[in-house]
Amino acid sequence: MRNDISQKVILPLLGAACVLVVWSIVSVTVAPDLPSPGRTWRESQRYVLEPFFKDGEMNQGIGRLALYSLVRVGKGFALALAIGTPIGFLLGLSRRFHQSFDPIVQFMRPISPLAWLPLGLVIFQKSEPAAIFTIALCAMWPTVINTAVGVRSISADYLNVGRVLKLSRFKTLTRIVIPATLPYVFTGYRLSLGLAWLVIVAAEMLTGTPGVGGFLWQEYNSLVYSHIILSVITIGAIGFVLDRLMGLVEARVRID
Amino acid sequence: MAYLEVRGLRKSYGTRSGPTAVLGGVDLTLEEGEFVAVVGYSGSGKTTLVSLIAGLLAPDRGEILLEGVPVTGPGPERGIVFQQYSLLPWLSVRGNVALAVDAVNPGLPAPERRRITDEFIALVNLTPAAWKRPRELSGGMRQRVAVARGLAMRPKLLLMDEPFSAVDALTRATLQDELLRIWGERRSTVMLITNDVDEAILLADRIYPMTPGPGAVLGPAIEVGLPRPRQRRHMSLEPAYQKARQALVEFLRAARTAR
Repeated sequence: MRNDISQKVILPLLGAACVLVVWSIVSVTVAPDLPSPGRTWRESQRYVLEPFFKDGEMNQGIGRLALYSLVRVGKGFALALAIGTPIGFLLGLSRRFHQSFDPIVQFMRPISPLAWLPLGLVIFQKSEPAAIFTIALCAMWPTVINTAVGVRSISADYLNVGRVLKLSRFKTLTRIVIPATLPYVFTGYRLSLGLAWLVIVAAEMLTGTPGVGGFLWQEYNSLVYSHIILSVITIGAIGFVLDRLMGLVEARVRID
Repeated sequence: MAYLEVRGLRKSYGTRSGPTAVLGGVDLTLEEGEFVAVVGYSGSGKTTLVSLIAGLLAPDRGEILLEGVPVTGPGPERGIVFQQYSLLPWLSVRGNVALAVDAVNPGLPAPERRRITDEFIALVNLTPAAWKRPRELSGGMRQRVAVARGLAMRPKLLLMDEPFSAVDALTRATLQDELLRIWGERRSTVMLITNDVDEAILLADRIYPMTPGPGAVLGPAIEVGLPRPRQRRHMSLEPAYQKARQALVEFLRAARTAR
């Protein structure tokens, strides 16, 4: 029991304390422009303690900014799933489809969000849809690939049950293929959500839309460096929570 | 012509060092309502034989006729109880059995199909566990579900591929007794694959011994002269039991030495 507390509470706190010490030392010695932990807290206090204040488009509480980002990520993520899941199933089910489109998937997967965003702006002419387009395009690949792998690794035993019962293609899909693939699909979703959140910062920085990433870039330009750190910590915290939440969903669909 | 005729069945698998013959010309027959066992060492190709009769694999040569009709692919008229249960883990006991009942009775109204499903679950004594998922069941209970699903296909021939090999010895005995009871009630045509000589004698009317591979073939069938209904107790003292056992063990031992 005591061991449990030390492992789950004390040790992580110790780790965080180490980071704070290093941060303090760096801000005092090599990087005088980097705000110290204390200064960061003093200058960010209002944003954290009144997370939903709004003084204007460019000056809002961190909770409100995070909400904008989350809504944007939510839209991009939903689009990624809506496109990525069927593509993944097709890749896994059809050899022809796989041969036709797998090279394109492998080709598009490593392209950075920074490359897609300008293209999105060209296509949509507006920053909001361009940002969502970029998030979706970058975030869908883990869903595509995990779904395809999941379909291809369905146990032959399950498929044989369907063959012996002479299930129709549709019933084989709904009663065997989809349920057997679900755990892989949700692992893909979790990874996709992580990527979507990763992309949001780049997208908001480049489009200047209000959100955590947009705020970060704006405060850099206004030389309020402590708010950069506030944004970074916020991004990390939200990413962590999102991953844990998706992890819970993933655990629910796990077989055995 | 017999109910099931298997003639000259050959099957090879390609490996890196060229094709390996698994079955080297298997012949067997089965009459309607008969319980036949195939006994052989592990790895001799018994599962391949079942997969071929089930139509899950295509033979290289030879033919399989059920009621004179060639087998060309899988179908529920050759129901199968898989070695590893192969229950769908996302479906309950009911769901797994209902999948089979619904597949073979598409024309029946839903309440009637539900009744049939319940009947087969009751047959294997799983009514209290009907809503459980396979992962909540013991190995023996899972195997019962697999048997219920196989029977629920109302097959002309029920294939059982080492159905009790994955459960402990005590559970195996219970399951064997249960299968004996069910078969006594329903007289389905069953082909049981096993590596357990005593299991084969307890359950079957006739037993084909299988030579160890590669190129496995079946020896002449051995009649089990034990009267039915059979009881496990005292069975080993019966002369008919000892005669069948001796014939089987001698054939299998000789076949292994000859290899």
